[in-house]
Amino acid sequence: MEKFANWLRRYSLAIFIHVLVIALWQFWVVLGDVPSYVAPTPVDTAMAIFSNYDWTRNTLVTAAEIFGGYFLAVIFGVGLALIFSWSRILSSTFMPLIVSANMIPKVALGPIIIVWFSYGLWPNIMIAFSICFLPILLTTERGLSEVEPDLLDLVRSLKGSRWQIFTKIQLPGSLPYIFSGMKVAVVLAVAGAIVGEFIASEEGLGYLMLQVQVTLDTAASFLAVFLITLVGVALYAIVLILERLFVVGDRRLEGSY
Amino acid sequence: MTTDAFIRLDGVRKFYRSRGQEFLAVSDVSLEIEEGELVSLVGPSGCGKTTVLKILAGLHPHDGGTVTIGGGSTPFDATRDIGMVFQQSLLLKWRRIIDNVLLPAEILGLPMRPARDRARDLLAMVGLAGFEESYPYELSGGMQQRAAIARSLVHDPKLILMDEPFGALDALTREKMNLELLRIWSESRKTIIFVTHGIQEAVFLASTCAVLTAGPARMADHFEIDLPYPRTLSMKTSEKFGEYTRRIYALLGME
Repeated sequence: MEKFANWLRRYSLAIFIHVLVIALWQFWVVLGDVPSYVAPTPVDTAMAIFSNYDWTRNTLVTAAEIFGGYFLAVIFGVGLALIFSWSRILSSTFMPLIVSANMIPKVALGPIIIVWFSYGLWPNIMIAFSICFLPILLTTERGLSEVEPDLLDLVRSLKGSRWQIFTKIQLPGSLPYIFSGMKVAVVLAVAGAIVGEFIASEEGLGYLMLQVQVTLDTAASFLAVFLITLVGVALYAIVLILERLFVVGDRRLEGSY
Repeated sequence: MTTDAFIRLDGVRKFYRSRGQEFLAVSDVSLEIEEGELVSLVGPSGCGKTTVLKILAGLHPHDGGTVTIGGGSTPFDATRDIGMVFQQSLLLKWRRIIDNVLLPAEILGLPMRPARDRARDLLAMVGLAGFEESYPYELSGGMQQRAAIARSLVHDPKLILMDEPFGALDALTREKMNLELLRIWSESRKTIIFVTHGIQEAVFLASTCAVLTAGPARMADHFEIDLPYPRTLSMKTSEKFGEYTRRIYALLGME
Protein backbone atom coordinates (compact mmCIF):
# COMPACT_ATOMS: atom_id res chain seq x y z
CA MET A 1 0.00 0.00 0.00
CA GLU A 2 2.79 2.36 0.93
CA LYS A 3 4.61 1.28 -2.20
CA PHE A 4 1.56 2.18 -4.26
CA ALA A 5 1.36 5.57 -2.55
CA ASN A 6 4.99 6.23 -3.41
CA TRP A 7 4.41 5.15 -6.98
CA LEU A 8 1.38 7.42 -7.20
CA ARG A 9 3.28 10.39 -5.80
CA ARG A 10 6.11 9.81 -8.24
CA TYR A 11 3.95 9.46 -11.31
CA SER A 12 1.00 11.61 -10.35
CA LEU A 13 2.25 14.57 -12.39
CA ALA A 14 2.76 12.39 -15.45
CA ILE A 15 -0.71 10.87 -15.09
CA PHE A 16 -2.25 14.26 -14.43
CA ILE A 17 -0.87 15.88 -17.58
CA HIS A 18 -2.10 13.00 -19.75
CA VAL A 19 -5.59 13.11 -18.26
CA LEU A 20 -5.64 16.89 -18.59
CA VAL A 21 -4.78 16.80 -22.31
CA ILE A 22 -7.50 14.21 -22.98
CA ALA A 23 -10.05 16.25 -21.01
CA LEU A 24 -9.16 19.45 -22.89
CA TRP A 25 -9.57 17.56 -26.15
CA GLN A 26 -13.05 16.40 -25.07
CA PHE A 27 -14.07 19.96 -24.13
CA TRP A 28 -12.69 21.40 -27.33
CA VAL A 29 -14.69 19.04 -29.54
CA VAL A 30 -17.91 19.27 -27.57
CA LEU A 31 -17.92 23.00 -26.84
CA GLY A 32 -16.51 23.95 -30.25
CA ASP A 33 -19.08 21.80 -32.01
CA VAL A 34 -16.36 20.20 -34.14
CA PRO A 35 -17.80 17.79 -36.75
CA SER A 36 -16.92 14.17 -35.93
CA TYR A 37 -15.18 13.57 -39.28
CA VAL A 38 -12.75 16.38 -38.42
CA ALA A 39 -12.07 15.34 -34.84
CA PRO A 40 -13.96 12.82 -32.73
CA THR A 41 -14.08 13.17 -28.94
CA PRO A 42 -11.87 10.89 -26.85
CA VAL A 43 -15.02 9.05 -25.87
CA ASP A 44 -16.03 8.48 -29.52
CA THR A 45 -12.48 7.35 -30.22
CA ALA A 46 -12.63 4.83 -27.42
CA MET A 47 -16.04 3.62 -28.58
CA ALA A 48 -14.61 2.87 -32.02
CA ILE A 49 -13.12 -0.24 -30.42
CA PHE A 50 -16.58 -1.83 -30.80
CA SER A 51 -16.70 -1.34 -34.57
CA ASN A 52 -15.81 -4.54 -36.39
CA TYR A 53 -12.30 -3.82 -37.63
CA ASP A 54 -10.55 -6.70 -35.86
CA TRP A 55 -8.49 -4.39 -33.68
CA THR A 56 -6.71 -7.20 -31.86
CA ARG A 57 -5.27 -8.80 -34.94
CA ASN A 58 -4.29 -5.52 -36.61
CA THR A 59 -2.63 -4.28 -33.42
CA LEU A 60 -0.72 -7.54 -33.05
CA VAL A 61 0.48 -7.37 -36.64
CA THR A 62 1.75 -3.81 -36.24
CA ALA A 63 3.32 -4.65 -32.87
CA ALA A 64 5.08 -7.64 -34.43
CA GLU A 65 6.50 -5.42 -37.18
CA ILE A 66 7.69 -2.75 -34.75
CA PHE A 67 9.15 -5.18 -32.20
CA GLY A 68 10.62 -7.41 -34.93
CA GLY A 69 12.33 -4.58 -36.80
CA TYR A 70 13.51 -3.07 -33.54
CA PHE A 71 14.88 -6.35 -32.22
CA LEU A 72 16.82 -6.94 -35.44
CA ALA A 73 18.17 -3.40 -35.27
CA VAL A 74 19.42 -3.88 -31.70
CA ILE A 75 21.08 -7.19 -32.60
CA PHE A 76 22.72 -5.87 -35.77
CA GLY A 77 23.46 -2.38 -34.47
CA VAL A 78 25.18 -3.53 -31.29
CA GLY A 79 26.73 -6.55 -33.03
CA LEU A 80 28.29 -4.56 -35.86
CA ALA A 81 29.56 -1.91 -33.44
CA LEU A 82 31.28 -4.65 -31.43
CA ILE A 83 32.86 -6.10 -34.57
CA PHE A 84 33.95 -2.64 -35.73
CA SER A 85 35.48 -1.88 -32.35
CA TRP A 86 37.62 -4.99 -32.69
CA SER A 87 38.64 -4.56 -36.31
CA ARG A 88 39.74 -1.21 -37.59
CA ILE A 89 39.93 -2.50 -41.18
CA LEU A 90 36.35 -3.78 -41.17
CA SER A 91 35.21 -0.53 -39.60
CA SER A 92 36.90 1.74 -42.12
CA THR A 93 35.69 -0.45 -44.99
CA PHE A 94 32.05 -0.83 -44.09
CA MET A 95 31.15 2.21 -41.99
CA PRO A 96 31.25 4.60 -44.98
CA LEU A 97 29.02 2.21 -46.92
CA ILE A 98 26.56 1.95 -44.05
CA VAL A 99 26.46 5.72 -43.62
CA SER A 100 25.85 6.40 -47.32
CA ALA A 101 23.33 3.56 -47.57
CA ASN A 102 21.50 5.12 -44.65
CA MET A 103 20.96 8.27 -46.72
CA ILE A 104 18.81 6.31 -49.16
CA PRO A 105 15.22 7.31 -48.40
CA LYS A 106 13.79 4.05 -47.12
CA VAL A 107 10.26 5.13 -48.07
CA ALA A 108 11.32 5.34 -51.69
CA LEU A 109 12.63 1.81 -51.44
CA GLY A 110 9.23 0.57 -50.26
CA PRO A 111 7.93 -0.60 -53.61
CA ILE A 112 11.20 -2.40 -54.36
CA ILE A 113 11.20 -4.09 -50.98
CA ILE A 114 7.71 -5.38 -51.76
CA VAL A 115 8.98 -6.79 -55.06
CA TRP A 116 11.71 -8.59 -53.11
CA PHE A 117 9.81 -9.74 -50.06
CA SER A 118 6.21 -9.61 -51.33
CA TYR A 119 3.36 -8.51 -49.04
CA GLY A 120 3.23 -9.42 -45.37
CA LEU A 121 5.15 -8.91 -42.17
CA TRP A 122 8.70 -9.18 -43.51
CA PRO A 123 8.90 -6.16 -45.80
CA ASN A 124 7.56 -3.96 -43.00
CA ILE A 125 9.96 -5.46 -40.48
CA MET A 126 12.77 -4.74 -42.94
CA ILE A 127 11.70 -1.11 -43.35
CA ALA A 128 11.41 -0.61 -39.59
CA PHE A 129 14.80 -2.26 -39.15
CA SER A 130 16.53 -0.20 -41.83
CA ILE A 131 15.27 3.08 -40.40
CA CYS A 132 16.09 2.48 -36.73
CA PHE A 133 19.33 0.54 -36.94
CA LEU A 134 21.85 3.32 -37.55
CA PRO A 135 21.41 5.34 -34.34
CA ILE A 136 22.00 2.15 -32.34
CA LEU A 137 25.15 1.38 -34.33
CA LEU A 138 26.49 4.92 -33.99
CA THR A 139 25.86 5.35 -30.27
CA THR A 140 27.23 1.89 -29.45
CA GLU A 141 30.35 2.58 -31.47
CA ARG A 142 30.82 5.89 -29.71
CA GLY A 143 30.29 4.29 -26.31
CA LEU A 144 32.83 1.55 -26.96
CA SER A 145 35.48 4.07 -27.98
CA GLU A 146 34.89 6.20 -24.91
CA VAL A 147 37.64 4.87 -22.65
CA GLU A 148 40.00 7.01 -20.61
CA PRO A 149 43.57 6.47 -21.89
CA ASP A 150 44.84 6.49 -18.29
CA LEU A 151 42.42 3.71 -17.43
CA LEU A 152 43.85 1.64 -20.29
CA ASP A 153 47.33 2.31 -18.87
CA LEU A 154 46.15 1.13 -15.47
CA VAL A 155 44.91 -2.15 -16.91
CA ARG A 156 47.97 -2.57 -19.13
CA SER A 157 50.33 -2.02 -16.21
CA LEU A 158 48.71 -5.14 -14.74
CA LYS A 159 49.15 -6.90 -18.11
CA GLY A 160 45.38 -7.08 -18.49
CA SER A 161 44.17 -8.65 -21.72
CA ARG A 162 42.20 -7.00 -24.49
CA TRP A 163 39.27 -9.19 -23.50
CA GLN A 164 39.43 -7.95 -19.91
CA ILE A 165 39.48 -4.35 -21.11
CA PHE A 166 36.48 -5.13 -23.26
CA THR A 167 34.35 -6.94 -20.69
CA LYS A 168 35.26 -4.94 -17.60
CA ILE A 169 35.56 -1.44 -19.02
CA GLN A 170 34.46 -0.93 -22.63
CA LEU A 171 31.22 -2.86 -22.65
CA PRO A 172 29.73 -1.72 -19.33
CA GLY A 173 30.94 1.81 -20.07
CA SER A 174 29.13 1.83 -23.40
CA LEU A 175 25.74 0.81 -21.97
CA PRO A 176 24.47 4.36 -21.34
CA TYR A 177 25.30 5.19 -24.97
CA ILE A 178 23.64 2.04 -26.29
CA PHE A 179 20.48 2.85 -24.39
CA SER A 180 20.28 6.42 -25.62
CA GLY A 181 20.55 5.08 -29.19
CA MET A 182 17.91 2.49 -28.43
CA LYS A 183 15.54 5.15 -27.12
CA VAL A 184 15.84 7.21 -30.30
CA ALA A 185 15.37 4.05 -32.34
CA VAL A 186 11.97 3.27 -30.77
CA VAL A 187 10.38 6.27 -32.47
CA LEU A 188 12.00 5.38 -35.77
CA ALA A 189 10.89 1.75 -35.60
CA VAL A 190 7.27 2.82 -35.11
CA ALA A 191 7.47 5.26 -38.01
CA GLY A 192 9.15 2.65 -40.21
CA ALA A 193 6.53 -0.01 -39.61
CA ILE A 194 3.63 2.35 -40.30
CA VAL A 195 5.25 3.73 -43.46
CA GLY A 196 5.66 0.15 -44.61
CA GLU A 197 1.98 -0.53 -44.02
CA PHE A 198 1.02 2.64 -45.86
CA ILE A 199 3.02 1.62 -48.92
CA ALA A 200 1.65 -1.86 -49.21
CA SER A 201 0.13 -4.31 -46.81
CA GLU A 202 -3.05 -6.22 -46.19
CA GLU A 203 -3.20 -5.85 -42.44
CA GLY A 204 -1.97 -3.80 -39.54
CA LEU A 205 -3.04 -0.51 -38.01
CA GLY A 206 -1.45 1.58 -40.78
CA TYR A 207 -3.37 -0.41 -43.38
CA LEU A 208 -6.53 0.03 -41.33
CA MET A 209 -6.08 3.80 -41.27
CA LEU A 210 -6.07 3.91 -45.05
CA GLN A 211 -9.24 1.79 -45.12
CA VAL A 212 -11.25 3.90 -42.69
CA GLN A 213 -10.16 7.14 -44.31
CA VAL A 214 -12.29 6.27 -47.33
CA THR A 215 -15.42 6.19 -45.18
CA LEU A 216 -14.36 9.27 -43.14
CA ASP A 217 -14.47 7.15 -39.98
CA THR A 218 -12.12 9.52 -38.21
CA ALA A 219 -12.83 7.99 -34.80
CA ALA A 220 -11.44 4.64 -35.98
CA SER A 221 -8.47 6.46 -37.52
CA PHE A 222 -7.80 8.17 -34.19
CA LEU A 223 -8.09 4.89 -32.34
CA ALA A 224 -5.57 3.33 -34.75
CA VAL A 225 -3.14 6.20 -34.04
CA PHE A 226 -3.74 5.77 -30.33
CA LEU A 227 -3.01 2.03 -30.51
CA ILE A 228 0.16 2.62 -32.55
CA THR A 229 1.27 5.11 -29.92
CA LEU A 230 0.48 2.60 -27.20
CA VAL A 231 2.67 -0.04 -28.86
CA GLY A 232 5.49 2.51 -29.14
CA VAL A 233 5.12 3.58 -25.50
CA ALA A 234 5.14 -0.08 -24.42
CA LEU A 235 8.38 -0.68 -26.30
CA TYR A 236 9.87 2.49 -24.85
CA ALA A 237 8.85 1.40 -21.36
CA ILE A 238 10.61 -1.95 -21.83
CA VAL A 239 13.78 -0.15 -22.93
CA LEU A 240 13.51 2.22 -19.97
CA ILE A 241 13.16 -0.67 -17.52
CA LEU A 242 16.13 -2.48 -19.07
CA GLU A 243 18.13 0.73 -18.81
CA ARG A 244 17.32 1.05 -15.11
CA LEU A 245 18.40 -2.56 -14.61
CA PHE A 246 21.65 -2.44 -16.56
CA VAL A 247 22.90 1.11 -16.19
CA VAL A 248 23.69 1.54 -12.52
CA GLY A 249 25.63 4.17 -10.63
CA ASP A 250 24.77 6.90 -13.11
CA ARG A 251 23.28 9.92 -11.43
CA ARG A 252 22.18 11.36 -14.76
CA LEU A 253 19.50 8.68 -15.04
CA GLU A 254 17.65 9.67 -11.90
CA GLY A 255 14.23 10.88 -12.94
CA SER A 256 15.09 10.83 -16.64
CA TYR A 257 12.76 9.49 -19.33
CA MET B 1 76.58 3.26 -7.08
CA THR B 2 75.31 0.89 -4.49
CA THR B 3 74.09 -2.44 -5.69
CA ASP B 4 71.10 -2.96 -3.45
CA ALA B 5 68.88 -0.10 -4.64
CA PHE B 6 65.30 -1.18 -5.33
CA ILE B 7 65.00 0.91 -8.48
CA ARG B 8 67.89 2.09 -10.57
CA LEU B 9 67.56 4.47 -13.50
CA ASP B 10 70.80 5.10 -15.33
CA GLY B 11 70.99 7.65 -18.15
CA VAL B 12 67.44 6.90 -19.25
CA ARG B 13 66.32 8.71 -22.39
CA LYS B 14 63.22 8.56 -24.51
CA PHE B 15 62.37 10.05 -27.90
CA TYR B 16 59.00 10.78 -29.35
CA ARG B 17 58.45 10.80 -33.07
CA SER B 18 55.85 13.12 -34.43
CA ARG B 19 55.38 14.08 -38.10
CA GLY B 20 58.77 12.68 -39.02
CA GLN B 21 60.47 14.72 -36.32
CA GLU B 22 62.13 13.34 -33.25
CA PHE B 23 62.11 15.18 -30.02
CA LEU B 24 63.46 14.34 -26.65
CA ALA B 25 60.83 13.48 -24.06
CA VAL B 26 63.31 12.70 -21.29
CA SER B 27 67.05 12.51 -21.09
CA ASP B 28 69.69 11.95 -18.48
CA VAL B 29 67.42 10.52 -15.84
CA SER B 30 69.64 8.78 -13.33
CA LEU B 31 68.21 7.94 -9.97
CA GLU B 32 68.45 5.31 -7.30
CA ILE B 33 65.49 4.58 -5.13
CA GLU B 34 65.58 2.47 -1.99
CA GLU B 35 62.69 0.27 -1.08
CA GLY B 36 60.14 2.11 1.06
CA GLU B 37 61.13 5.57 -0.13
CA LEU B 38 58.69 8.24 -1.19
CA VAL B 39 60.27 9.97 -4.16
CA SER B 40 58.75 13.01 -5.81
CA LEU B 41 59.41 13.91 -9.42
CA VAL B 42 58.78 17.61 -9.77
CA GLY B 43 58.90 19.87 -12.80
CA PRO B 44 56.87 21.95 -15.22
CA SER B 45 54.54 20.38 -17.75
CA GLY B 46 56.43 18.92 -20.68
CA CYS B 47 59.44 17.94 -18.58
CA GLY B 48 58.81 14.25 -19.09
CA LYS B 49 57.91 13.30 -15.54
CA THR B 50 54.85 11.35 -16.66
CA THR B 51 57.00 9.64 -19.29
CA VAL B 52 59.42 8.49 -16.59
CA LEU B 53 56.48 7.07 -14.69
CA LYS B 54 55.22 5.21 -17.74
CA ILE B 55 58.65 3.79 -18.42
CA LEU B 56 58.73 2.50 -14.84
CA ALA B 57 55.25 1.03 -15.28
CA GLY B 58 56.47 -0.84 -18.35
CA LEU B 59 53.98 1.01 -20.54
CA HIS B 60 56.61 2.73 -22.69
CA PRO B 61 59.91 1.30 -23.88
CA HIS B 62 62.89 3.59 -23.34
CA ASP B 63 65.42 4.44 -26.04
CA GLY B 64 68.59 4.57 -24.03
CA GLY B 65 70.06 3.89 -20.61
CA THR B 66 68.99 1.17 -18.24
CA VAL B 67 66.05 0.68 -15.95
CA THR B 68 66.27 -1.97 -13.26
CA ILE B 69 63.61 -2.64 -10.68
CA GLY B 70 64.05 -5.22 -7.96
CA GLY B 71 66.78 -7.77 -7.72
CA GLY B 72 68.75 -9.21 -4.88
CA SER B 73 66.80 -9.11 -1.67
CA THR B 74 63.56 -7.79 -3.20
CA PRO B 75 62.32 -9.58 -6.32
CA PHE B 76 59.98 -7.58 -8.50
CA ASP B 77 57.20 -8.97 -10.65
CA ALA B 78 56.43 -6.42 -13.37
CA THR B 79 52.90 -7.78 -13.71
CA ARG B 80 51.64 -7.51 -10.19
CA ASP B 81 54.00 -5.30 -8.28
CA ILE B 82 52.82 -1.98 -9.71
CA GLY B 83 49.93 0.12 -8.49
CA MET B 84 48.93 3.31 -10.26
CA VAL B 85 47.04 6.46 -9.25
CA PHE B 86 46.22 9.22 -11.72
CA GLN B 87 45.00 12.79 -11.60
CA GLN B 88 41.47 11.54 -12.26
CA SER B 89 40.25 8.82 -9.94
CA LEU B 90 39.14 6.76 -12.98
CA LEU B 91 36.65 4.88 -10.86
CA LEU B 92 34.20 2.88 -12.96
CA LYS B 93 30.93 4.63 -12.27
CA TRP B 94 28.81 1.51 -12.63
CA ARG B 95 30.73 -0.28 -9.89
CA ARG B 96 30.37 0.13 -6.18
CA ILE B 97 33.46 1.46 -4.39
CA ILE B 98 34.48 -1.95 -3.09
CA ASP B 99 34.20 -3.45 -6.59
CA ASN B 100 36.24 -0.58 -7.98
CA VAL B 101 38.96 -1.28 -5.45
CA LEU B 102 38.87 -4.95 -6.49
CA LEU B 103 39.49 -4.25 -10.19
CA PRO B 104 43.27 -4.98 -10.14
CA ALA B 105 42.63 -8.20 -8.19
CA GLU B 106 40.12 -9.28 -10.85
CA ILE B 107 42.50 -8.48 -13.68
CA LEU B 108 45.30 -10.41 -12.03
CA GLY B 109 42.95 -13.31 -11.26
CA LEU B 110 43.66 -13.27 -7.53
CA PRO B 111 41.43 -15.30 -5.19
CA MET B 112 38.47 -13.00 -4.63
CA ARG B 113 37.48 -13.83 -1.08
CA PRO B 114 40.74 -12.74 0.57
CA ALA B 115 40.99 -9.85 -1.90
CA ARG B 116 37.58 -8.62 -0.77
CA ASP B 117 38.63 -8.70 2.87
CA ARG B 118 41.79 -6.85 1.98
CA ALA B 119 39.80 -4.25 0.00
CA ARG B 120 37.63 -3.63 3.07
CA ASP B 121 40.70 -3.17 5.25
CA LEU B 122 42.24 -0.80 2.73
CA LEU B 123 39.06 1.26 2.48
CA ALA B 124 39.13 1.57 6.25
CA MET B 125 42.78 2.60 6.10
CA VAL B 126 42.12 5.38 3.58
CA GLY B 127 39.19 6.59 5.69
CA LEU B 128 36.34 5.23 3.60
CA ALA B 129 34.89 2.69 6.02
CA GLY B 130 31.13 2.60 5.46
CA PHE B 131 31.36 3.65 1.82
CA GLU B 132 32.03 0.16 0.43
CA GLU B 133 28.62 -0.12 -1.17
CA SER B 134 28.42 3.48 -2.45
CA TYR B 135 28.74 4.46 -6.07
CA PRO B 136 31.52 6.85 -7.12
CA TYR B 137 29.15 9.75 -7.80
CA GLU B 138 28.12 9.70 -4.16
CA LEU B 139 31.69 10.56 -3.11
CA SER B 140 33.50 13.89 -3.18
CA GLY B 141 36.60 14.36 -5.33
CA GLY B 142 38.94 13.79 -2.38
CA MET B 143 37.09 10.65 -1.34
CA GLN B 144 37.24 9.32 -4.90
CA GLN B 145 41.02 9.78 -4.86
CA ARG B 146 41.17 7.90 -1.54
CA ALA B 147 39.32 5.03 -3.23
CA ALA B 148 41.77 5.18 -6.14
CA ILE B 149 44.65 4.90 -3.66
CA ALA B 150 42.99 1.87 -2.04
CA ARG B 151 42.61 0.36 -5.52
CA SER B 152 46.33 0.85 -6.20
CA LEU B 153 47.13 -1.13 -3.04
CA VAL B 154 44.67 -4.01 -3.29
CA HIS B 155 47.00 -6.45 -5.05
CA ASP B 156 49.76 -5.61 -2.55
CA PRO B 157 52.25 -4.25 -5.09
CA LYS B 158 55.74 -3.18 -4.08
CA LEU B 159 55.73 0.03 -6.09
CA ILE B 160 53.03 2.70 -6.31
CA LEU B 161 53.24 5.20 -9.16
CA MET B 162 51.24 8.38 -8.69
CA ASP B 163 50.75 10.89 -11.49
CA GLU B 164 49.63 14.20 -9.97
CA PRO B 165 47.04 12.37 -7.89
CA PHE B 166 45.85 15.51 -6.09
CA GLY B 167 46.20 17.89 -9.03
CA ALA B 168 42.46 18.14 -9.60
CA LEU B 169 41.57 18.81 -5.97
CA ASP B 170 41.08 22.18 -4.32
CA ALA B 171 44.02 23.55 -2.32
CA LEU B 172 42.70 22.68 1.14
CA THR B 173 41.63 19.15 0.22
CA ARG B 174 45.01 18.75 -1.39
CA GLU B 175 46.87 19.60 1.81
CA LYS B 176 44.66 17.22 3.72
CA MET B 177 45.32 14.48 1.18
CA ASN B 178 49.07 15.10 1.46
CA LEU B 179 48.89 14.34 5.18
CA GLU B 180 46.69 11.33 4.45
CA LEU B 181 49.16 10.03 1.89
CA LEU B 182 52.02 10.30 4.37
CA ARG B 183 49.99 8.34 6.89
CA ILE B 184 49.04 5.68 4.32
CA TRP B 185 52.64 5.47 3.20
CA SER B 186 53.90 4.97 6.75
CA GLU B 187 51.27 2.31 7.37
CA SER B 188 51.76 0.41 4.14
CA ARG B 189 55.54 0.85 3.80
CA LYS B 190 55.34 0.91 0.01
CA THR B 191 57.78 2.54 -2.33
CA ILE B 192 55.96 5.50 -3.83
CA ILE B 193 56.95 7.61 -6.80
CA PHE B 194 54.92 10.77 -6.85
CA VAL B 195 54.79 13.04 -9.89
CA THR B 196 53.74 16.63 -9.26
CA HIS B 197 54.24 20.16 -10.46
CA GLY B 198 53.59 21.46 -6.96
CA ILE B 199 56.95 22.40 -5.49
CA GLN B 200 55.63 22.68 -1.93
CA GLU B 201 53.92 19.34 -2.28
CA ALA B 202 57.06 17.72 -3.67
CA VAL B 203 59.17 18.87 -0.73
CA PHE B 204 56.53 18.23 1.91
CA LEU B 205 55.98 14.59 0.94
CA ALA B 206 59.24 13.26 -0.31
CA SER B 207 62.19 11.57 1.26
CA THR B 208 63.97 12.19 -2.05
CA CYS B 209 63.09 14.82 -4.61
CA ALA B 210 64.09 14.68 -8.28
CA VAL B 211 63.80 17.89 -10.30
CA LEU B 212 63.14 17.72 -14.03
CA THR B 213 63.28 20.67 -16.40
CA ALA B 214 61.54 21.22 -19.71
CA GLY B 215 62.98 22.30 -23.05
CA PRO B 216 65.12 20.26 -23.26
CA ALA B 217 63.50 17.67 -21.03
CA ARG B 218 66.13 16.45 -18.64
CA MET B 219 66.74 15.67 -15.04
CA ALA B 220 68.40 18.66 -13.41
CA ASP B 221 69.13 17.34 -9.93
CA HIS B 222 67.97 15.08 -7.15
CA PHE B 223 68.52 15.34 -3.42
CA GLU B 224 67.33 14.01 -0.12
CA ILE B 225 64.76 16.01 1.84
CA ASP B 226 66.15 15.94 5.33
CA LEU B 227 63.01 16.68 7.31
CA PRO B 228 61.82 14.21 9.95
CA TYR B 229 58.70 12.10 9.60
CA PRO B 230 55.91 12.33 10.62
CA ARG B 231 55.73 15.67 8.89
CA THR B 232 53.45 18.44 10.00
CA LEU B 233 52.04 21.43 8.20
CA SER B 234 54.06 23.75 10.45
CA MET B 235 57.22 22.42 8.79
CA LYS B 236 56.18 24.25 5.66
CA THR B 237 57.14 27.54 7.30
CA SER B 238 60.48 26.27 8.56
CA GLU B 239 63.79 27.63 7.28
CA LYS B 240 64.87 24.23 5.96
CA PHE B 241 61.66 23.77 3.98
CA GLY B 242 62.19 27.19 2.42
CA GLU B 243 65.72 26.26 1.43
CA TYR B 244 64.49 23.20 -0.41
CA THR B 245 61.76 25.04 -2.27
CA ARG B 246 64.17 27.86 -3.20
CA ARG B 247 66.58 25.25 -4.49
CA ILE B 248 63.92 23.80 -6.76
CA TYR B 249 62.81 27.23 -7.99
CA ALA B 250 66.43 27.95 -8.82
CA LEU B 251 66.81 24.69 -10.72
CA LEU B 252 63.71 25.52 -12.72
CA GLY B 253 65.11 28.96 -13.52
CA MET B 254 62.41 30.78 -11.66
CA GLU B 255 64.50 32.74 -9.19
